[in-house]
Amino acid sequence: MTGTAAEASLPVRAGHVARGGLLAAVLLALASLSFWAPTFWVSIAIQALILAIFAMSIDLLLGYAGLPSFGHAAFYGTGALVCARLALASPGLGILPLVGISVAGAALLAVPFGALSLRVRGVYFLMLTLAFGQMLWSVAFQAPREWLGGSDGLIGVVRPSLGLLQRFDEQLWLAVGVSPGVAAVRHFYNLTLVAAVLTFVALSLLVRSPYGRTLEGIRENEHRMRALGCPTFRYQLAAFVVAGALAGLAGSLLTLFNGFANSSSLYWTNSGLVLIAAIVGGVRTLAGPALGAFVVLIAQDTLSSYSERWPLLLGAMFVGFVLFLPNGLLSAGRALRGLTRARPVELRR
Amino acid sequence: MALGLQLTLSGLAFGGLVFLLAVGLTVILGLMDVLNLAHGSFYMLGAYAGVTVLHIVGSFWLALALAPIVLALLGAALEVAFFRRLTGRGPLMQVLLTFGLSLVFVDLVRWRFGPQNQPFPAPPQLSGSIGILDFRFPVYEAFVIAVAALLGAALLLGWRRLRVGAILRAGVADREMVGLLGVDLARVFTLTFAAGAGLAGLAGVIAGPYLATYPGMDENVLILALAVVVVGGLGSVAGALVGALLIGLATSVGPFLRQEIATALVFGVMALVLLVRPRGLFGLRA
Repeated sequence: MTGTAAEASLPVRAGHVARGGLLAAVLLALASLSFWAPTFWVSIAIQALILAIFAMSIDLLLGYAGLPSFGHAAFYGTGALVCARLALASPGLGILPLVGISVAGAALLAVPFGALSLRVRGVYFLMLTLAFGQMLWSVAFQAPREWLGGSDGLIGVVRPSLGLLQRFDEQLWLAVGVSPGVAAVRHFYNLTLVAAVLTFVALSLLVRSPYGRTLEGIRENEHRMRALGCPTFRYQLAAFVVAGALAGLAGSLLTLFNGFANSSSLYWTNSGLVLIAAIVGGVRTLAGPALGAFVVLIAQDTLSSYSERWPLLLGAMFVGFVLFLPNGLLSAGRALRGLTRARPVELRR
Repeated sequence: MALGLQLTLSGLAFGGLVFLLAVGLTVILGLMDVLNLAHGSFYMLGAYAGVTVLHIVGSFWLALALAPIVLALLGAALEVAFFRRLTGRGPLMQVLLTFGLSLVFVDLVRWRFGPQNQPFPAPPQLSGSIGILDFRFPVYEAFVIAVAALLGAALLLGWRRLRVGAILRAGVADREMVGLLGVDLARVFTLTFAAGAGLAGLAGVIAGPYLATYPGMDENVLILALAVVVVGGLGSVAGALVGALLIGLATSVGPFLRQEIATALVFGVMALVLLVRPRGLFGLRA
């Protein structure tokens, strides 16, 4: 809570400049990706960006609020299924209302889900969120065909046009001589990138706001915050709902990319995958989970193209990360920098 | 009347099976704060160990005896090799470790045995059905009820009366204090993990002829076992027993009403217990 005042008085450090430069370089590379990368890699990058939005959303819960949810796929899947159901029911709907309603649906679900799960903490919270998430999957899995399409899922979702902007973007591609299908993929990549960047910016602002600082205060000492008169439950529930909404955003983008959705997007392995992505990159950094999403997705894709045993290798990789690099890749980078740069000897520990 | 009895008996059989899984899960969770997602893998590996013994030796009874021992050894090895290294790093890392392990195990099974269902016939003594009132009840399900009832009674008695039960109960209540009193916690953890894995392995062998043996058979049962732990309360054997029976009955009565209601019913029971009693029916702490 007092962090903002203390930080404002700090001089601008070289580290901040370096970090800003790195961020700008990454953004530039991502923004230009649709111009130079092969279409196959563009579609991998789309999936990675979607997973990155999903992973950043769980970082708000896991890193900042200190609430490790193992049921986050519930909101991802809800976003995906609501989007597909809605797109099939009313084909004329524009992309913004479509995504907006999917996000709202996921947020709405997060209210009772969060309110019930927040009755417990720690490992019990993990267990409860997992159980609730799986229950939801199980209900969706067994839902009547006319609702969610049974085991096939909802197929034949047509991506609504973004109107003039899309026409312009795609005409540009067609002018260079790529086929309409490829142009559509590259256009959707740009759209996903905008969504991911907006998510990153919004979450960065949120965690630096008084609300975010309070959330971290609750993570560090819930009893004290409550004694200070802070309505901790409301703060945590709000974090749960925001994270759920953003996971819903990721889910709805997934449906628009794939053109279908089924109940497996609710499945608990997705909750595990997104947690792993966050851990691989490094929690409580927002950029880390986004990086982790790229690493996990590229690893999954590379392994599955080389070996039939890729689930085994991926699982082993997860185990390795948990055992040997629990603070994530960003922390490894920091440790390497520490090795190469001379530092004043730390006297106190 | 007869229908009610039939549904109750099937519910007891399924609930008994879930109990064998849930009891290890709940004690490991209560004692060590480890939410073991690989517990379902132990169940699956138990079934496959049973199938392997059955193929080689041809005896269901030997499979029933050997598979739990194999799984107990595996559980002990995993505890020493992995979980011990992660103590004090928070619950999330351990859960993710077990998540990674469960991915590895299911793919190992798919590699060795293929994705298809393994034939796992019940022994002749347990085949067929018996007549109760005006319906036929499978002998095998009666056997499942008997095994679960015997083990449940033994575990409950041991939990309440034996020294090891007292140590475990005290450990659930306050682990550090138990350590300070001179109990070798590391050994207790390893043995608890081994016992939990062994019970899950036993449940797997029993499930072989009763449900189906395939890679991924663990997932549905694991989630039901989790619901049992939530309903029954953490680290409580009696809670696991009552919770498993409740969930078993809900899953047997539910489909009779309508398939999708079955899960919703389990979900409803869980949410209700949470609202009224967040620590679960028999839980000491939340």
